[in-house]
This record gives sequence, structure tokens and C-alpha cells, in this order.
Amino acid sequence: MRNRLLERILPWLVVAGLFLVWEIACVALEIPEFVLPRPSVVLRVLFESAGPIWFHASHTLFTTVVGFALAVVGGMLLGVFVGSSPLVYNGLYPVLIGFNSIPKVALVPVLVVWFGIGTVPAVLTAFLISFFPIAVNVATGLATLEPELEDVLRSLGAKRRDILLKVGLPRSLPYFFASLKVAITLAFVGSVISETIASNQGIGTLMVQASSSFRIPLVFAGLIVIAVMGIVMYTVFAAVERRMTGWATRKMDYATGG
Amino acid sequence: MPGVSCLSPFVELDRVSLTYGGGTMALDGTSLSVRQGEFVAVVGPSGCGKSSLMKLVTGLVPPTRGNIIVAGHEVAGPLKIVGMAFQNPTLLPWRSTLDNIMLPLEIVEPHRKRLRRERAHYEDLAKKLLATVGLAGFEQKSPWQLSGGMQQRASLCRALIHEPKLLMLDEPFGALDAFTREELWAVLQQVWLERKFTVILVTHDLREAAFLADTVHVMSNRPGHIVSSHSIDLPRPRTLETTFQKDFVDIVHVLRDEISKVRAAGALLTPKATTHA
Repeated sequence: MRNRLLERILPWLVVAGLFLVWEIACVALEIPEFVLPRPSVVLRVLFESAGPIWFHASHTLFTTVVGFALAVVGGMLLGVFVGSSPLVYNGLYPVLIGFNSIPKVALVPVLVVWFGIGTVPAVLTAFLISFFPIAVNVATGLATLEPELEDVLRSLGAKRRDILLKVGLPRSLPYFFASLKVAITLAFVGSVISETIASNQGIGTLMVQASSSFRIPLVFAGLIVIAVMGIVMYTVFAAVERRMTGWATRKMDYATGG
Repeated sequence: MPGVSCLSPFVELDRVSLTYGGGTMALDGTSLSVRQGEFVAVVGPSGCGKSSLMKLVTGLVPPTRGNIIVAGHEVAGPLKIVGMAFQNPTLLPWRSTLDNIMLPLEIVEPHRKRLRRERAHYEDLAKKLLATVGLAGFEQKSPWQLSGGMQQRASLCRALIHEPKLLMLDEPFGALDAFTREELWAVLQQVWLERKFTVILVTHDLREAAFLADTVHVMSNRPGHIVSSHSIDLPRPRTLETTFQKDFVDIVHVLRDEISKVRAAGALLTPKATTHA
């Protein structure tokens, strides 16, 4: 019992400890506020400017979720396509790797030229940065299908579609859900990058404006808001993963529940 | 069965050769014939192309040369009257044991069409089949909750649920401990005696071959072909007692001698084969 309680509160303790060390270091070393503000100052700013922060944060959340939703659909489809045959896999993989190696920051100016400043480039950057892990994971799940199992199904007269629906997709679901956790945090990175470069809304914009007027505590407040949103979304998808693919992790609660 | 007389063999391979894309010759001039309802075992040294034989007969791989006839028709694509089981049970971990067994019914016609309407009837069939292999009460368990032997029993059920005319087994008991393996020989023999489908069992266990088969075919080293065939005339049902009787032991000895000879011949060939590569 005690161990489980400790497991529960440990993350909070770590965060509190981190803030405490940070606070003490700032005071002890007399670090000026415009270099590294104390967490207590950041928290105060967080509450004082809650209105504008919420306005920008909700917009970032919106663009991130839209971009992420596009990435789930696009990544899934691309993953199925790439994983469905070794030929496509070999043909497309280098291109995908190459595309993924491009820093997405470099794409934002291009997106701005195409779609103008604002929400669309942010959504697209979130999409571009987060579809890759989803596609790769789904493709891997499909490509690592046991050849014997495929033989069994083919010798029953199964069509490609049957194999995909009965075995391929269910089998790649753990990979898919695992990738969602990574993808959602990447989507935040994408939308914030785009907002910092070219937008007039969103937490990225807020931080750029704050830093240009030397309101460093507000910049840090923005960073913390992004981190919190990332953690919340990660937790949501980790819970979804546990729920959908308990068979892959063989959790006790799943085994007795089934 | 229309079109198949009792005299013509159910499975016939006529001088079949198989060369893989890389140039490896797996089979060379293999001829084999299996009567309807016969239990045939193919034994040979490891890597002699036994598994290639499986793929050829089920139509998963076309032969490079020669003809394969199953149930009166030349094999031109994957057959649908076949059940297969391998050393690896390949059960789907997200399905219960019962749902795993019923997978073929979701694919093979005419069951596929009927499954939704007559689900209860089919579930009943699957449960009965599980009971015959000693898995009654395990229907709702997930595969990872079963032991290796139980998983292999379930895999056998999956191969049989759609009542195939031909059962292909590729070292199905290879990964099991000796006790479980012998237990499953008896289970397989019993199911076969009840249903009398045709079986082709590929194995390297000579006792297994002698225990289960009506005829044992010995294969040569790669590229494989059938070196000799032995009828096993021991009465059925055979029991573990049978395996200690002189007749049985003699058969196993003869088979072992032949395999040794084949292996020795292979060893002589090996240096030549390596210079080729």
C-alpha cells in the first residue's frame, strides 16, 4: 500500500523539489529576474495574467489537437500503405526518413508563403512533425507479422484485406497507441514553433511578445503552460493505450477482467 | 467426393523441383503420393526442404518444375481445403482461445457467410473441438494464460475447425517438452481416428513419425527428394506402450540408419556446395 501511495505522489514531489531547488538557487546566487525568474514570481505572473495566457493557450491547444488529429488519420493511412507490402516499404522508407530529418522550423516560412500568417501554418506544422512516428509505428506493426500466421491465413483463402483487418491492424494497435503519446507531445512542439515564427495568436506568440519586452517571468509562465498541456495530453493517451491494448502489456487487471 | 476415386491418390507430387529466387534449390525431383485419409510423415535431416514441401502442397509457393495434384486438381494457388499448424502456435494474443479457434470460420466459405447468423452453432462446434483435445473450460482464457502444450492444442484446433480435407503439420510439437509431446501424439491420433482427414506431418522426430504415421517418407539432404518410404503396420490406436515394443523400436532404428546415411552423403557434398557459393 505504502509503495503505491509513494508511486502516486512521487511525480508531484519531484516537481515540488525541482521548484524548490530552483527558487533557492535564484535567491542564493542573486540571479536577476530577467535572466532566470524565481518559480514563485513565475507562478504569480501565471495567476495575474491568467486571462491572456488562457486566451493564447486555448488557441495553441486547439491548433495542436487539430494538427494531431490530422496526423492520426494521415499517419495511420500512410502506415497501412507502407506496411502492407515490402515493396512499398523499401521504396518509401528513405523518402520518409529524409522528410523527417528536415527541421520543421525550416518549413514554417514556406507554409506562411502558401497559407498566410496564423492558424493554418501552426496546424500544418503540428501535423508534419507528429505524423511520422505514427506512420512508422503502424508500418512496423504490420511489417513484423509472423510469416507462419500469414501462411495459415493465406492457405484458408484469406484476401489481403482479410489479413489486414483480422490480424495486421489489431496487431499494430499497441504500436499505434504507443506512438500517439510521442506524437501528441511533438504536435505541441510543432504548433508552438509555428506560432513563435508567424502568428498573432497562441502561446508561442505570447512568449515572443513577452521576451521582446523583457517580461521574462511571462515567458517562463508560457513554458510551464506548454509543459502542463503536454503532460495532460500524454496522460490521456497513455490511459487510452492501457485501455485499448491491455493484452499487449498483460496487465493483471485486464487478465482478470477478461 | 465427386471426381476423386478411391484409387487415385489424394495428394500427388510428380518430380517436383523448387528453386528459390536466390538460386537455392530446396527440392529436386520430389515424388510423393498420399491416399485419402492417410497419415503420412516426412522425415529428414534439418534444412532438407521439408518446410518447402509444405508450402508447395498448400499452394503458397508454385513449383519451379513438376506438377502437384491435390483432390484431383492441379494446385495453382493457395488451397482452401487445408488446415495448417506450425512449431510456433501463432495464436492471436488479443483474442480469447475460443475466438482464436474460430478465426478460420471468419475467412473460409461457406462458414464466413453463415457465421453471424449461426454463431451459437459454430461456438458449440468449437467448444466440442476444444474438449476433444482436453481444453474444455479454457475457452475464454487468453493465449498467454495457456502453457506451451495447451497453446499447441489450441493451434491444432484452429487448423481443424473448418473441417479441412488435408491437415499440414510442420514440426508442430518441436518446441514442447518430451512428456507434453507424447501426450499430444495421442491427442492427434485420436482426433485423426475420429475424423479421418489426410495428414502430412513434417518432423525430425523419428519416434513421432513412427508413432503417428501410416507411411514414413525419408528425405535426402538439400536439395531434397524422397529417398525411401516405409509403411508402419502397427495396430491402432497406438499407445506409449507401443513405443517400447520391438516392432516399433526396429522401425525407428531403420529410419535412423537411413537418416545417418543421408546425412553422411550430405557431409561429403558440403565442401562442393561451399565452393559453389
